[in-house]
Amino acid sequence: MMKLKQTSVFLENRKGRLWKAISTLREADINIRALSIADTSEFGILRMIVPDPDKAKEVLEENTFVVKTNEVIGVEIPDQPGGLDGILEILTKADINVEYLYAFVEKKADQAIVVLRTENIDAGIKALKEGGANLLSPEELYRL
Amino acid sequence: MIWNREAECMTAGEMEELQLKRLQEVVKRAYENVPYYRKAFDDAGVRPEDIETLQDIEKLPFTSKTDLRDAYPFGMFAVPDDDIVEIHTTSGTTGKPTVSGYTQNDIELWGEVVARALVMAGGDKKDKIQNCYGYGLFTGGMGVHYGGQKIGATVIPVSAGNTMRQIEIMQDFDSTILTCTPSYAMYLAEVLENQGVGHDKISLKAGVFGAEMWTEEMRAEIEKRLNIDALNIYGLTEIIGPGVAQECMVKDGLHIFDDHFYPEIIDTQTLKALPAGEKGELVLTTLTREGMPVIRFRTRDITALRYGQCECGRTNVKMDRITGRSDDMLKIRGVIVFPSQIERALLKIEGLEPQYQIIVSRPQQLDELEVQVEASPALFSDEVKYVEEVKKNIEQHIHNEIGIRVNVTLVEPQSLPRSEGKAVRVIDKRELSK
Repeated sequence: MMKLKQTSVFLENRKGRLWKAISTLREADINIRALSIADTSEFGILRMIVPDPDKAKEVLEENTFVVKTNEVIGVEIPDQPGGLDGILEILTKADINVEYLYAFVEKKADQAIVVLRTENIDAGIKALKEGGANLLSPEELYRL
Repeated sequence: MIWNREAECMTAGEMEELQLKRLQEVVKRAYENVPYYRKAFDDAGVRPEDIETLQDIEKLPFTSKTDLRDAYPFGMFAVPDDDIVEIHTTSGTTGKPTVSGYTQNDIELWGEVVARALVMAGGDKKDKIQNCYGYGLFTGGMGVHYGGQKIGATVIPVSAGNTMRQIEIMQDFDSTILTCTPSYAMYLAEVLENQGVGHDKISLKAGVFGAEMWTEEMRAEIEKRLNIDALNIYGLTEIIGPGVAQECMVKDGLHIFDDHFYPEIIDTQTLKALPAGEKGELVLTTLTREGMPVIRFRTRDITALRYGQCECGRTNVKMDRITGRSDDMLKIRGVIVFPSQIERALLKIEGLEPQYQIIVSRPQQLDELEVQVEASPALFSDEVKYVEEVKKNIEQHIHNEIGIRVNVTLVEPQSLPRSEGKAVRVIDKRELSK
């Protein structure tokens, strides 16, 4: 099972809302492994990878946040020029559209991790596997 | 069940005869005992003996909310203060409150009409009525109280507010009939769901909801979420309070208790009477009130009247669900918009909580309408484009309903104010005093 669970939170465009969401996770002792924010002029979507997505959803919903859990792909790439390029090349050649992606760098290894969402998750995974990309399982990602 | 078969099922001829007799009496009483009416009738050149047919009511001048307010506090009373046994007032949000004074007979009358209303909603002596209308100067609490006692039901006078206690009482006392505003019923349903209190844990069978405007879509939503029959009650403090009209189980219009309250529909521009079935402003005359008779009161409520026998057996004239109030009416870029239209649009969208707020502003020269809606899991996704499509879809629904473009803003759940009485749906930031 190579799919990762991503936690998305609706943020109203109002002072202190991001902080409130993050504080809620801190109080539940949930460590955020990766994070990105999509913002529009009227609202934001906070997207995160956390070790326990079910618990994160529960505590956020208790605090009246709207939360969605969905699947994304995690790929390990070399932390050097061209690392991301290789992944995108595979997907483009397989005619797979990327909805969004975000990346983070691992301290201990010379690797970077890319979290990406393709229109069709299964097609994305298949193409990346065939292209020789190093997909991460949830266990591997949380262990980092 | 029908509470007062004689009054609720009489023939048109019997009704008209009774109405004319009572109209002649009340006009005479008002003329002789209330200086305001004596002057108003004299100014209009009409005397009580000129009322020879029911149509002659059109010779009488209208009474407006301002006229009642100008008589504050007791200027409209037709009996000595000693004979008044109870007083209620309007909230006074738009100025000085309007005062209504009741004699002992008026209180009996009030109990009688609310009794008819509760029986229409399936109530009888076995029922437990959880009355969440506010007790106090507001007429809602006491009106339902008198009617509930009249039919021998158990009235639980819990009054408005304290939602957690309402929910506890609902379960512990096995309340069977809920009386409150429709927006509060909606809120109770939401809290019950959040607390995990299922339909099997409550005994409610019907709700008698009023004191604010609501829609057919909202009825469907309340009925589904509370598993009850949700019925509409209508009334005004100026006339008596709740119990002027009530919906029967046919759920197609409200029976006006027209042996006590005589209805007319007028065109708001020409002020002329409109024929049955046409939509206009409801005008009411109290036929039997002693403490404060009110002649041709302009209610500002927009509805239409339908005569004839109802499937339920009653013959009392029916009024349509109120579709607007001339005071609530918004004029946006010249287009008339009622908040109820926006509510209707929102309720058509699956998964949307019908909690909303309308904000009208005029940043430059043009009016802008913003509708704030609470986000919910059904409206949300990890993708921006999905959420924006949801927003556009809501805007399109509202546009289809009212004909003008609006801007929908999604806000976080439970961030819009919840009402325990009348919901504040509209915030008008325009400065239109000029």
